[in-house]
Amino acid sequence: MSAPHDHHEHVEPASFAFDADSEAQIAKIVARYPEGRQASAVIPALYIAQKQMGRLTGSAWVPRIAMDAVAARLGMAPIRVYEVATFYFMFNTKPIGKFHLQVCGTTPCWLRGSDDVLRACKDAGHLKGYGDTSPDGLFTMTEVECLGGCVNAPILQVDDDYYEDMDYESTVKLLEALKRGERPKPGSVIGRQTSAPEGGPMVLTGSEE
Amino acid sequence: MALSDKDRIFTNLYGTQPWNLAAARMRGDWDGTAAIMAKGRDWVVEEMKQSGLRGRGGAGFPTGLKWSFMPKERPADGRPVYLVVNSDESEPGTCKDRDILRHDPHKLIEGCLIAGMAMGATAGYIYYRGEYFNEGNILQAAIDEAYDAGLLGKNAAGSGYDFDLYSHRGAGAYICGEETALIESLEGKKGMPRLKPPFPAAVGLYGCPTTVNNVETIAVVPTILRRGAGWFAGIGRPKNSGTKIFCLQGHVNKPCNVEAEMSIPLRELIDRYAGGVRGGWDNLLAVIPGGSSTPMIPKSVCDDVLMDFDALREHKTGLGTAGVIVMDKSTDLIKAIQRLSAFYKHESCGQCTPCREGMGWVNRVMMRMVEGRAEIDEIDVLEQVTRQIEGHTICALADGGVWPVQGLIRHFRPMMEERIAAYKAAHFPMAAE
Ligand code: FES
Repeated sequence: MSAPHDHHEHVEPASFAFDADSEAQIAKIVARYPEGRQASAVIPALYIAQKQMGRLTGSAWVPRIAMDAVAARLGMAPIRVYEVATFYFMFNTKPIGKFHLQVCGTTPCWLRGSDDVLRACKDAGHLKGYGDTSPDGLFTMTEVECLGGCVNAPILQVDDDYYEDMDYESTVKLLEALKRGERPKPGSVIGRQTSAPEGGPMVLTGSEE
Repeated sequence: MALSDKDRIFTNLYGTQPWNLAAARMRGDWDGTAAIMAKGRDWVVEEMKQSGLRGRGGAGFPTGLKWSFMPKERPADGRPVYLVVNSDESEPGTCKDRDILRHDPHKLIEGCLIAGMAMGATAGYIYYRGEYFNEGNILQAAIDEAYDAGLLGKNAAGSGYDFDLYSHRGAGAYICGEETALIESLEGKKGMPRLKPPFPAAVGLYGCPTTVNNVETIAVVPTILRRGAGWFAGIGRPKNSGTKIFCLQGHVNKPCNVEAEMSIPLRELIDRYAGGVRGGWDNLLAVIPGGSSTPMIPKSVCDDVLMDFDALREHKTGLGTAGVIVMDKSTDLIKAIQRLSAFYKHESCGQCTPCREGMGWVNRVMMRMVEGRAEIDEIDVLEQVTRQIEGHTICALADGGVWPVQGLIRHFRPMMEERIAAYKAAHFPMAAE
């Protein structure tokens, strides 16, 4: 279990400090855990670092020095933070593109055409395959495991948002919109009401008396 | 008789109404919570036992019984007691808790308060999977609403009971759905399962007594207590009580989540709620009935099997999380299972050798089986190795990783043999003669 890798060298920044926004979020989260148990906040704090990198540099990843900042802030040994940052899949330990395309390839999505979503991402995003970042730096593509949305398969997760009931065409359309700077509404792209069947709910329709 | 809407617990399953407190109250949540709690923890535990509710996270352990394992008195040394809710929903095929978090969070929050009281907990943590970022934001907003309305914190909901509740976001690790790995993760460590005993009820989060329950399990508690154990126990077969959210997916005409009665025939479930199998029932090949870890069953079993714990166990599979993965005759079943093997390999935490090495080995052999690049007797070797992995690890991840392969071999061995024969015929035409 490790963060997605590419084989390109990357530059680790020389400094990192939480900005005021991030500090406020960390303070709120640390308060959820008992005195002396601040290490519980390590995952949330790493997210905050990753988000801040995204906000400030356009690439949401966690450099080593940010892990050190998390360790200092939570009173943890740096190695404990490195362990966590590399054990969990959602932390990017290398720079990524502006948009993180996360294609679910697990069996339920595969049964409903995740291979087409993958192909569309390659074609429209100019990506060679999983782990690749497009030459223009817009997209990084990662294969992810079941996202927990299987009745809306296949799913393409872009950053934090799920796009559901995808196929080749809708994936291309989505990527083209992202290129234009638009951010289409997440959820079912075929207009389903969340996890209800296509065409509308069969139950809970209020028609029963 | 099909379940009627008046017996559905999750009346906002699809999010057609707002999730917020005002709308939740209209749906009947937070109604008389203090009065329920005033009946005391023993009454609540007994009522849960009578209801027949079994854990909705996959293992199906009786909920009331589980709660009764918690210490009757607060620890003398002043240690807190915790309820931890498992919303790490990551079992492939499962997406029910997602709907509860984003559409009915107050059912879960109210359930936490009542369950917390029933086990003497001082606080609760709801651990949700990292990918559920948007769902987690809704959950947190609902928790904030509950605090503002006096439903959490000191004298929660006017019950005289103090209870705090927090959300906690994970970061993409299937293993954290295992209760002790989840606790490790919540403590800020890698999600590696702990040896049991000690069990969490004695030594759990921060070394304190802890019970870990699934989201759906906790979210149905308030409704059961309001409507009575007898109502819940009257739905489904004995020992398999109640309603259940099923996730119907794969090769069905209309994939969806639906809350239906336990023990509903699989065929009726698919036909009534998911628009039937693509191409008709006779086009069905196999179904994985309860999330990726449960072995598949062929159409002949699907024809009349009931969807509950005991009926599925009779067919060497399980209800699991009730993620129903339907595969029609166009499916390459070997590939479908191999992709699950890849999943388990990816998600092994690496702690136990049989799992760390075994999941990779199984996946490599399965990849050859997809091509047919194997010998017939390797099917037996594969089967035997899965038996050696099973039961020899700290947690059940490896068991869940090998069961799908065992299910494939049990029911579709001829398909694997044909694949091998076809490969040989294509690559070694002379030898085949
Ligand atoms: S398999 Fe893709 S969301 Fe479950």
